[in-house]
Amino acid sequence: MTTTMPKARTAPAAGPAPTAPKRRRPASPRRSTPLTIAMLAALAYFLLPLFWLLVASTKNTQDLFNSFGLWFSHAPQLLANIRATFTQDDGVFVHWLLNTAAYAVVSALGAALLAAAAGYGFAKFRFRGDRAAFNLVLGAIMVPATALAIPTYLLFAQVGLVNTPWAIILPSLVNPFGLYLMRVYAADAVPDSLLEAARIDGAGEARIFFRIALRLLAPGLVTVLLFTLVATWNNYFLPLIMLNDPNLYPITVGLSSWAAQAQNGGGGASSDMLPLVVTGSLISIVPLVIAFLMLQRYWQSGLAAGGVKQ
Amino acid sequence: MTATTAAYAGKSRRGGPAPRRRSGSAGPLFVAPFLILFLLLFLAPLGYAAYLSLFQQRLVGGTVFVGLDNYVTALGDPQLLHGVGRVALFFLIQVPLMLLLALLFALALDSGLLRLARVIRLGIFVPYAVPGVVATLMWGYLYGPDFGPFAQLSRDLDLPVPHFLSESWMLGSLANIVTWEFAGYNMIILYAALRTIPHELYEAAAVDGAGAWRVAWSIKLPALRPALLLTLLFSVIGSFQLFNEPSLLMKIAPDVISSSYTANLYAYSLAFTGNQLNYAATVSFLLGLVIVIASYAVLLTANRRREK
Repeated sequence: MTTTMPKARTAPAAGPAPTAPKRRRPASPRRSTPLTIAMLAALAYFLLPLFWLLVASTKNTQDLFNSFGLWFSHAPQLLANIRATFTQDDGVFVHWLLNTAAYAVVSALGAALLAAAAGYGFAKFRFRGDRAAFNLVLGAIMVPATALAIPTYLLFAQVGLVNTPWAIILPSLVNPFGLYLMRVYAADAVPDSLLEAARIDGAGEARIFFRIALRLLAPGLVTVLLFTLVATWNNYFLPLIMLNDPNLYPITVGLSSWAAQAQNGGGGASSDMLPLVVTGSLISIVPLVIAFLMLQRYWQSGLAAGGVKQ
Repeated sequence: MTATTAAYAGKSRRGGPAPRRRSGSAGPLFVAPFLILFLLLFLAPLGYAAYLSLFQQRLVGGTVFVGLDNYVTALGDPQLLHGVGRVALFFLIQVPLMLLLALLFALALDSGLLRLARVIRLGIFVPYAVPGVVATLMWGYLYGPDFGPFAQLSRDLDLPVPHFLSESWMLGSLANIVTWEFAGYNMIILYAALRTIPHELYEAAAVDGAGAWRVAWSIKLPALRPALLLTLLFSVIGSFQLFNEPSLLMKIAPDVISSSYTANLYAYSLAFTGNQLNYAATVSFLLGLVIVIASYAVLLTANRRREK
């Protein structure tokens, strides 16, 4: 990973994949029922906690303890729980949702654009030290974000960035794996002849990038965008150490603080926080699940690119 | 990585010549924003942590330069060593299990023998979109002895209630959460790699009379090497920085999970409850080093095997 640039030039794997996954092989007419049943059993394991969450979100504290966890109680009250979640502590949950969305969207857009520009620069230009710079970034892929978090906190504490939204957004902007993907992608997706033609027509480099290259890079861009979005949306460690103002919390830190309150309240049937934690959890996963279902072709082909090229 | 990349080059569908790249002045301008932020947000914190790790705060005399003393302390610190050991054990048990599951799922999906393949694929992947915090909270409640459905069922059936959050079960319970979160993600990586295998290979195998198992063993598994390596590397990084799951379960099982249960949890408690910033910087730095070394060990082993 650190020594050479990727030599494999496969077709732009992150490119627009066929929407309907057609099998390239002749479809085998034989379907295996035992295999299907086994996989459905596996599917049940993966969906079980989510089903439990959905059921639990319809219950009050009493029913959580007294009715069977995997089925609805006699008096489902999902809407009442949602209302309670949104109004608790003067609507702090709404703050958390908006914060999370803002951190995730700004980070994802920034990270994708930075990675695209740099990937394009590395793929289409030669300049002094380009190889060394690229390899330096590649070597950083293995340095885990969490091991970097405490050092980043210590540094940010020095420059007064702690407890601001920037403490979450800035570290999310640098995505070495995203740069790698975009470089490989740009090498294939942007034809050199097109760039030459544009230059002959007298277009400036910035104009070429924003008007032509960026459009061709769009599928790869969306892949990086989506994965940064998820990483920032789900991030817990970084905001946990960076923020201490509850109004700046993202949803992950907020929910864990509520969970701690529910726990400290004895965790008994008297605790009113429990339904809020459960319902809040349900609300927090809905946007990402929808995003994933709608943008399937991007993340699937993006992972393909990563898995194949490495 | 190099060897695997080169290995794949032979099979790539469009192995065109290297593109002509323009030597101009615009290149640095495109890469500069990324590189500047990389410098400020990646290298600078690492450098600062390395610098801090060379000092100690003393009650008398304030901050003193102590050279590598913190590292000597850390390498003999039983709490840190236990944390790293526990994470290594976790890695050795959980990761092979999860990757085996992901591999079996991917092969099943790719076999073309499944009904409802699309639903199954998406359903198994969905947990990846669930934040680790929410996943841990959910499983924590599911494990719970009060209103967890497992405990409820065992009570109804007069069976002994399983203690998922007890000392002896905890590592397994954590492994289950992490497997639930990431098996689908790894499955998709492997499945995507399987879909790039050229169709002609299967035709040739069919002509030779190879059955489904034979095809899986002789064609699919070798073709999956690079993707498996990638999932393994992601898992090394993921396991060694384990934090979210144990830190949240700590709240419901404080007697089982100590503040040094994993190395990362230990670094966190040093910095934020112990206020030992210099030592926390040392531990973070060492932890990062352990992960990088473990990653390279995986890479080297994989590459050496391949050369044999």
